[in-house]
Formats: sequence, structure tokens, C-alpha cells
Amino acid sequence: MSKRKLKDSSAESAECISQVQKILRERFCHHCAAGKLFGMEQQYRHLLELLKRTTVHGESNSALIIGPRGSGKTALLNHVLKDLREMEQVRENLLEVHLNGKNPFLSGLLQTNDKVALKEITRQLQLENVVGDKVFGSFAENLAFLLEALRKGDRTSSCPILFVLDEFDLFVHHKNQTLLYNLFDISQSAQTPVTVIGLTCRQDILELLEKRVKSRFSHRQIYLMNSFDFKQYIKIFKKQLSLPAEFPDESFAQKWNNNVQHLSEDKTVQDVLQNLFHHTKDLRSLHLLLMLASSAVTVHHPLLTAADLQEASRQHSTDSKANIVHGLSVLEICLIIAMKHLNEVYDGEPFNFQMVYNEFQKFIQRKAHSMYNFEKPVVMKAFEHLLQLELVQPLERPSARAQREYLLMKLLLDSSQIMDALQVYPNCPTDVKQWAASSLSWL
Amino acid sequence: MNTRQQSKLIYSWYGKPLSSDRKLRTSQYKGILITSESSKTETCIKLGDFILVEGVNADQPYVAQLMDLYEDGAQHKRAVVQWFCRLEEIPLNKRKLLKREISAQEVFFDQVLGYDTDIAAETIIKRIMVLPLHLSEELPIITLNKEQTFYVRQSWDGKCFKVLSPDTFSKLKEANKKRGVITNYSKAFTPSDILTPVKKETESVVRSATKPKNTDMEIESKHSTSKSSLAKERHSQRVANNDIKTPTARKKLELNSPTRSKGKLLGCEVLGLLDDDCDAIAPLEPSAPKRKVKFTGEILGSPPKIPCSNDKSKPTSETAEQRQRCSDTLRLSPYTKVKDFSEKDRDLHEEDDILLSLVGYQTQSSQIPVLTPRSRRTCAQKTSALIAEQISLLKSHGKLAAEEDFSSGSDSSYSSSSEEEEDDDVPCTPEKKPKSSKTFSTPKSSRKSAVHTPAKTLKKTPLQGTPRTPRTPRNATPEIPRRVQAAQEPASVLEEARLRLHVSAIPESLPCREEEFQDIYNFVESKLIDGTGGCMYISGVPGTGKTATVHEVIRCLQQAAENEELPPFQFVEINGMKLTDPHQAYVQILEFLTGQKVTATHAAVLLTKLFSTPGPKRKTTVLIVDELDLLWTRKQNVMYNLFDWPTQKHSKLIILAIANTMDLPERIMMNRVASRLGLTRMSFQPYTYKQLQQIVLSRLKGVKAFEEDAVQLVSRKVAALSGDARRCLDICRRATEICEFARQKRAPEIVRMAHVTEAIDEMFSSPYVNAIRNASLHEQIFLKAILSEFRRAGVEEATVQQIYHHYVALCRVEGLQSPTVSEVMAICSRLGACRLLLVEASNKYLHMRVRLNLSQDDVMYALREE
Repeated sequence: MSKRKLKDSSAESAECISQVQKILRERFCHHCAAGKLFGMEQQYRHLLELLKRTTVHGESNSALIIGPRGSGKTALLNHVLKDLREMEQVRENLLEVHLNGKNPFLSGLLQTNDKVALKEITRQLQLENVVGDKVFGSFAENLAFLLEALRKGDRTSSCPILFVLDEFDLFVHHKNQTLLYNLFDISQSAQTPVTVIGLTCRQDILELLEKRVKSRFSHRQIYLMNSFDFKQYIKIFKKQLSLPAEFPDESFAQKWNNNVQHLSEDKTVQDVLQNLFHHTKDLRSLHLLLMLASSAVTVHHPLLTAADLQEASRQHSTDSKANIVHGLSVLEICLIIAMKHLNEVYDGEPFNFQMVYNEFQKFIQRKAHSMYNFEKPVVMKAFEHLLQLELVQPLERPSARAQREYLLMKLLLDSSQIMDALQVYPNCPTDVKQWAASSLSWL
Repeated sequence: MNTRQQSKLIYSWYGKPLSSDRKLRTSQYKGILITSESSKTETCIKLGDFILVEGVNADQPYVAQLMDLYEDGAQHKRAVVQWFCRLEEIPLNKRKLLKREISAQEVFFDQVLGYDTDIAAETIIKRIMVLPLHLSEELPIITLNKEQTFYVRQSWDGKCFKVLSPDTFSKLKEANKKRGVITNYSKAFTPSDILTPVKKETESVVRSATKPKNTDMEIESKHSTSKSSLAKERHSQRVANNDIKTPTARKKLELNSPTRSKGKLLGCEVLGLLDDDCDAIAPLEPSAPKRKVKFTGEILGSPPKIPCSNDKSKPTSETAEQRQRCSDTLRLSPYTKVKDFSEKDRDLHEEDDILLSLVGYQTQSSQIPVLTPRSRRTCAQKTSALIAEQISLLKSHGKLAAEEDFSSGSDSSYSSSSEEEEDDDVPCTPEKKPKSSKTFSTPKSSRKSAVHTPAKTLKKTPLQGTPRTPRTPRNATPEIPRRVQAAQEPASVLEEARLRLHVSAIPESLPCREEEFQDIYNFVESKLIDGTGGCMYISGVPGTGKTATVHEVIRCLQQAAENEELPPFQFVEINGMKLTDPHQAYVQILEFLTGQKVTATHAAVLLTKLFSTPGPKRKTTVLIVDELDLLWTRKQNVMYNLFDWPTQKHSKLIILAIANTMDLPERIMMNRVASRLGLTRMSFQPYTYKQLQQIVLSRLKGVKAFEEDAVQLVSRKVAALSGDARRCLDICRRATEICEFARQKRAPEIVRMAHVTEAIDEMFSSPYVNAIRNASLHEQIFLKAILSEFRRAGVEEATVQQIYHHYVALCRVEGLQSPTVSEVMAICSRLGACRLLLVEASNKYLHMRVRLNLSQDDVMYALREE
């Protein structure tokens, strides 16, 4: 009886856990769908008012949203657009064109030149049908066509169009900035009302605009700076982790949320968060950390603990190159140590295989007790493996003429990284360790 | 047209001089002979004849009546003409005065003053017919020679249309009579006069759909007329009038041609196939001979005609094969000829009907013959989509055929008139694309959507994204959907102010540019009056009102021209930034001037010809070239041509070139280009603060939204920075927003200094300092590490590895856990993405070089504040 009950509850909690996993993952993966904006109320109002005026009054505008990566530019815009669409007077009055967006429909840096961008605009404005079955003509025709279309409209009767240019800085590099000039020009003349919103992370974006384009841009800049302090950061942490009120199993949600509250007051958790906060205020890295932590939640371990977070933080901050070093053979480790010595002797000057081999030979002959003297081709093979792992990088492209042994190389590891990696390297021979530490004394 | 260009024509006088003027050494003649060397044909054109004269647009010769012929002192053959103008020559805004549909064959008796009526006789192409009609009279249905017959109902004097005076009417009639033309065509066998307007329209559609085949129609009519004696008589007259080689003759030749086909088919099968073919309508047919066969097939009148129209989706090759077979049937069934007229008439109806249903007309017109099986028309409707598909497949094919057709045609106006007609069918499209109209196979269903779409799209909500009706005419200009709700008018003073301050708002006058305005105006005006050409170069930094002033000048000039204070002129504008390639300038100019759409190289040739030859009817052209510097090419041929044209004697071209730099001619132009540009230059100085203030205040006239001092502050700030009026207006606009934002607490209805200051700070403050202050702790330490490394090395560049060592040391001082290299790289790339740092490609890892994108002092300032 009691066993069965236990089973029941475990089945139930399994259901709960999978629900929790689903909710949290969705929240962490789709950054913009988080539903909440943190610390950008003013910017939100500015943008909302701007777009509202475009739709309601038919006023043309242009603006740039500038902020470092992960500061919520797209989230802000999506939020505003969502709220706009819910408004009665606005709903059917705005045509949207997203270029190079990371929104659900487009991904990546798509519109690589103005021609592609124009086609995309035409497609999104659903104007391509007007051209009938004819496949769209040349770039010139395309541009003339679109400009003609936009020139036809006027403030009071045409449907306002919103152009969203994601990764705005990439459009700046298009030839003559034709697209930008035309978009801004339309926004500054009595044609179809348009609003051009650019999203970028570059602070120097205005300097990149050509003078005519710059003059036509309205210089409206909305900055997102992640300007919250640690207290707010903790609050965000709580918000992000707690379950919503509409969670089916209320008691579990209660338990979970209490636990989150406890966690946020825990000293170790605060340390972990503080550390992350010091590194970056980017909310995406917080999401990543929470994602790692929350994946530890199972039926047998239904609630998050501070240890989970600590473990996640450790994973989050490990050094990738040092990780690779852990997996190397002793011979390869020896080669890396030889390179490290060479770097110290020659003060970071590049080296070649022959130099490394000579260094290694010296070590074998004078100091090594446990090491086997490998043939040169074998050492060469090990060296090439390091090359493939990109722990070593050639200065110039390998050419047919140069002999492999004499290609100049650079080590992509810092000596501190090597020493740290050696500390945790399993079964490292003592003489190798000594050699690594001793630097010049053995000469 | 082609033949004309290829073979040389010799113009010689007909008969002896009628009279001669000793003093002027001119002698008058009563006619001119045009002899074509290649074809050995000779055409005589006498006084009073109607002629086609070479025009700006090679495809659209002018229509005129020959009034006088004489040889001047320099032995040049000259002609005096009375012009007629086509609909295309009438300004768009005046066309609506007509309040009726104008067919392509209709011309207007031209009473516009200022056109040169004295032309070179060599520009005469050939003779045509122009028939005067009363206003209420229906256009006779032209079945033969339609490209050479024009009708005139009204006169046009540049302002309005008038009914022909009885005098002119009779004169015109007289002229025709002289040539033995009977003008009272009866509107015989097409029932067009009883049709409802809608139907009429579709009929014209139908006609244009079968355009390449109108010659076939002629054949058909010939067949029919051969039976009815009445029509026969008329027809023969018509043929007689047709002094040029008639299409009929040509057609007859072709009629015999398809004997090579060796299809072996049973008669009934052939009939079935024929039916298919008929349904698929002519546009599908790739070549002339086959087309005709089809029509004959129709006349053959296999009456039941139950088309299994699904066959239409068959691959093209098969249809082609079918046609070959059809050509066989022609020989198989000679009994065609025995059909009586009435049946043919009915067939005609039926044909109409088929076309109608293809077009997808749902509205059942009363005209549709009862005998049409209903099932068939729905069937056809269903398949119309399929047909359209096939049409697009065949399009290239059809184009070929059309060209073939042209080359075989010896009359030059053939192509032009048919094009015209096609244009006419789409009244909503001002500019045309001859290229597209040549593809006669254009799915005619498009016509239908031309009629229907506007209404539909109005209802459609743009956000739902329902695609519009797929087939609208190709050359229709696209339109942004209209908004669902009306735009709100400004409610408060601030909103009103904002609307007026928007750069796009057009002020009644342009303050502070009166002098420049006057200079440009005088320049253009004097050139206009002289009828000469010239260039003017206008420079100035962005936002100083160059384009606005020039547009204002043009507006005033157009007004003056309308009031007849100035000769009329054409206004063309191109913008270097709106071109994808400098050579596209030619294309755009030509399209503006003549409506032709050709390639850039061809356009350059045509334009050069246009501007270098004296055009009798050509108006002066005012060309604005905005953003001139972008028309620069390595060889500078675009600029060279542009500035060379005005120097030609007959160009009548005035160019206003606009660019930013004052010394552009010296800097980027070759000497020969700069010299042609001339020395008429003007530079727009950046606005001073007083001017900016005046601009803002003039826009805000009557609206009390700004404090006086606030406006002055903005003006002074902007004048000190750039003198860009756009900036000034933008700041003011932003200030009203900020004011509105703050108003909710208190109620200051007026923009004060504080608001303006905030707006200025928002727009001009450097973002870097703020960005650094809001960066995370480690990012700030990293910046410090960079500074200390720079100080140590004395070079403003360092590798990440070097910085890393400083960084670790700094972390130790701060008592922080020393970060791993991966974390440092992440910080570095984040700062690099913001462009606080300039970094190399990240594949160099630790050896990546780093620079600051702002001065060290700024970084220090930003970091120290905390």
C-alpha cells in the first residue's frame, strides 16, 4: 500500500519535473519570450510612443537601438511590437519588414547586399505579386520599383511600414549605403510613412554612416546598457527561476518557489552569482548558468541546490584550452613544456619543430628517467597532433617549398595555463613535472 | 521600322514646282516621292495627306497632316505640317479631362502653340489615314489596316479638349475624300455597339489578347466578306486603300507554307484537337502560320465545341505538335469556305465567349450566346489557371513569334500601333514597358485583376498577409496597401507642432534661401525663354536645403508655364543614390522622357540621338541630377555625356547638378568633363543660427509650442555643429516628445530649455563613457589592464597575452578570483563587438592584437568617476 503510494507520488513528481524542465528550458532558450523586461522601462516607453505615433498619426521616424550583445534589444522590440499589436487602433495598421532579423522567420546574417535586401523587402511587403509571374528583374528595376511603390503613398492614406534592420552595422557596409539612404530619405519626405528601426551592438555606429545618410537619420538613439546592480540581478535570478502561478501542481510550485527564495539568500549561491555578475551583466550568460544547473533536476533530486549552481558555475567558467591539455599524451605534454621553455628563453619569439625536438632531446638525455626516447617521426606525429588541436599555430600558411620541420610556429597557451593543466593531469611523471617547473635551472 | 533603318530611302519631289519665291529662293511642290532602294517601292505623298513623322520615341511616330512642301535656299526639303497628338503626348493630369476611354487609334487635332510645324521632309515615314468623327459617333470597328488608320474627334490646345469645329471637320473630310476614302464605316458584324461598357472593355481585352493575330482576324474577315456581297465591296475598297503591301497578301503566303507537316490523323480526332487549340487561344501560338490555322479551324465551325480543356496542361511540345496537325486539317477540310455568314458570326460570338471565360469573368453578360454550354465555361474557368501556367511557359516562345511577325511586316507602324493599343487597355498605368507589351502572350486574365484588385485589396487586412490577386498587369505600378483606419489628426498643440516640424512637412515658403532661389530661378527661366541648354552646379553640405530649393524653383516654373508665362518644359529628376549603377541614369532619364525601357547602353545611344537632333515637337527638358558625385565612373562617360548634351545646338536641355562638395569638378572630374559643366556654380552655405531659428519659427507660425530661448538654444547648438536644418528640426521634434512625456505630472504645454537640453544631450552625447560605466567589473578591469600595458610598452597596441598578465595582477590587487583565459577572451570579444576595442580576428587567440577605439583619457575618465 505504502509502496504503491510512493510510486504514485513519484510518477506524479516525474510529471512535475518534466513540466518544470520544459518551462525553464523554454524560458532560457528563447531569450525574448521571457515575457519580462528588466531595467529598460524608459526605453520601452520611448519606443512604444515612437511606434504608436507611426501607426496612429502616420509619422515617419528613424531610430537606432544600441546596446551590447545580450542586453535585450530584440527582446525590447518584440515586446513593444507585441503590445502594439494588442492595441485596438494599431492592430491592422502596420506593415512590418524584418531584415536580417533573428526573429523566428529569419536567422543569421541574411541580407548580405542591397539586392538581396530589396528582394526580401518586396517579398515581405507582398508586392512581388504585382509583378505577375515575371521573376524579378535586375537590381536597378527592383530599386526603381520599390521606390515607386513607396513614393505613391502619403501620410494620411497609406499603411505605415516598419522596417526593422537587425545587425544594422552590416547594412552600413553595403555599397554606397544605397538601401539606408533610400530608407532614411523616405522617412524624411512626404511619402508612405515608414519607421526605420536599426538594432546594433556597435557604439560607433553613427560614425559609420555616410554624411548624407547621417544627415537623413533622425539621430534618435535608444541605448540599452544593462545598467542594473547586483540586487536587481538577484531579483532577475529569482524571477527567471521561479515557476509561474498557473503551474498545474500548486504544492510543488510552492515548494519550488520557496526553494528558489532560499537559494537567493544562500551565501554560496550569492557568491556564484556575484562572480558571474562581475564577469558579465549579460542575461544570456545567466540563462546559460541556470540552464546547466536546472538540468541536474531529476525525480530523485527534485529541487535545485547551491551545489548544483556551483557545479554549473565551474563548468561555465572552465578554460577550454586547458581542458584539451588534459587529454594529451605524456609525449605531447613534454612537447608543450619544451615550447613553454622556448617561449621563456626567446621571449615569445616563434619557434619551429626542430627547436622543440632539440629541447626535448636535451630533456631526455639529461633528466628523464621514466621517459622513453621516441624516434623523430613519432615526435613529429605528436607535434602535428598538437597542430591539429590548434594548441600550436603556424605563423604563415604551410607552403610546398618549406620543410615541415622548419615552419615557424606559435604556442597558443599561456604558461600559467600549462602549469594549471599539469597540476590536474593524471599520472604525470614526476620528472616531467619537475622539468616543467624548473625552467632554466637544469641547463 | 526595321526595314526603314536598313534600306536607304530616297526622297524626291513629285512633279514640278508649283510656285517659287525668287527672293527666298524657295520653291513649293505638291507632293513628295519616297523610294525605297531595297524594295523598289515608291510611295507618293501629296499635300493634304496624313503622314507619320519620326518622333522622339522610335516606336511612336507623330501623326500629322502635310500642309506644304518646299525646298529652301540651302536645297533642303522642308515640309509644313499640322500636328495631331496622341494620347501619350498629353500630360497625365490633363487626360482625365476627357472623361472617356480613348482608343489607341484616336488622335487629337493639335492646336498647341509653340510646336515647330516646319520639319525636314526626310522625317516623313509614310502615309496613313486620319478620319474625323463626331463626338458621339462610335469608333468604327477596324478590322483591316488598323495600325494605319487614326480617328480624330476633338482638338487639343494644351489646356482643354474641344469638339472639332465644323470647318476643320469638313477640311479633314475633304482631305480624305481626295484620296477616295469612304469614311462612313458601318459598324457591321461585331456587335460591339450594343455591348455593355464592361463587355466592351473585355472586348478590347480580347482584342489585345489576340493582338498578334489581328492579322488573322483580317483573314477571317476576308473569309466572311467574301461571302456577303455588301461587306465584300467595302472590304475591297479597304484593300484598295492599302497602298502598302497588305498583311493579307503576306498571310496568304504563309497559309500555304505549313505543307511540310506530315501529321496523319483521323478527321474527328483532328477536330477534337482543334477545339483544344481554340480554347487555348491564340497567344499560345508560337508562330504565325499555325495561328491562322487555328482560326480557320474555328471558322470551320465544329459547333459543339466541348473542350476537354484539361488538355491544356499538356506539355508545350505536344501543343506544338497539335498545331502541326491542325495545319493539316486545313487541307483536309476545304469545306470551310462553304459556311454561311451567320454561322461565322455566331462563331465569333463563341470565340469571344471562350476568351471571356478564360479571362475568368464571372459576371454573366447578357450578350453571351445561349448556345454556349454552361458546363464548358465553368470548366474553362477551372482551367484558366492551368492555362496561365502554360502561357508563362510559352512566353519566351511567343516572344519569338512576335518578333518574327515584326520582321516580316514591312510597315513600320505595325509594332508601334499595336503597342499603343495595349497601353490603352491599361489606363491606370502611365509608364509603359514596350518590352513587356511585346510579349503578346501576356496572360490576359491580368486585365481582369486590373479591374478587380483595387477593391479587393482595400478590404484585405495587410497583417493577415493574404496575397493579392496573383495576376495584376505586369506594368502596373505597385502600391502600398492603404491603411485600415484613418490617420489621426494632431490633437494637441505639441502634436501639431511636431507635425509641422517633421522634415517631410512642406513649408509654404523656404525662408533664408531667397537669394539662391532667385538665382536658380533666373538661370532656368532665361534658358527656357531662349530655348537653349545649360548646366548649373549646386553644392552645399547635407541639410542646407539644396534639393528643397531646386524643387521649389521647378514648382514655381511649372506654375508659370501653366499660366503661359513661360514655354512648357519637361522635368526629370535622377538621384545618384537611388541608382544602382551610374549607367542606370540613362535608363531613368529615357524612361521619364519617352516611357521606353531599354538597357543602359541603348538608352545612352537613344538619348544622344534625341538631344543632338532637332526635334520638332520637343519641349525643353529640365534635368535635376542629385548626388552627382555618385555618377562618377572610371571613364566618367556618364558625367561627360550628361554635361555634353546641353552644349549641343538642339538639345534644349537644362541641367541642375547637385552635390555636397564645392570643389567636386576640380577634384574628381576630368578636365573635359569639368569644362563642359561650365562655371555657373552656386554653393549653399550652412545655415547660421539666426537662419535656423527663422526656419523653426516660420514652421511654428501660429502654434505656441516653444519658448523663444529654447529655439535659439537649438539653433545655436546645431549651427555650431553642422548647420544641418534636418538636425535642428529633429531636435525640436524630440524636445516636444520629451515635453509631452514630462507633462503628465505637471502641465507645461510649452517646450522649455530643459526639454531642449535633454534632447540635445540625447542626440549628441558620446555613448562610450556611458557604455564603459555600465560595463561589468571584469570588463572595467580589463580596460585598466589595457591602459597599464599601453603605458608599459609605450605603444597603443598589445596582444591579449600581454594584457592578460596585467589583468591577473590587477585581479590579485582587487582580491578577485583570477579568471581563466577563456573568460578573458570572452570579455575581449564582448568589448570588441561594442567597438570599445578594436580587435583582430579571433583565431589568433592569445596573440590577437587589441587597440582602444577611444582615447586613453576617455577611458581613464570613465573609470575614475566611480
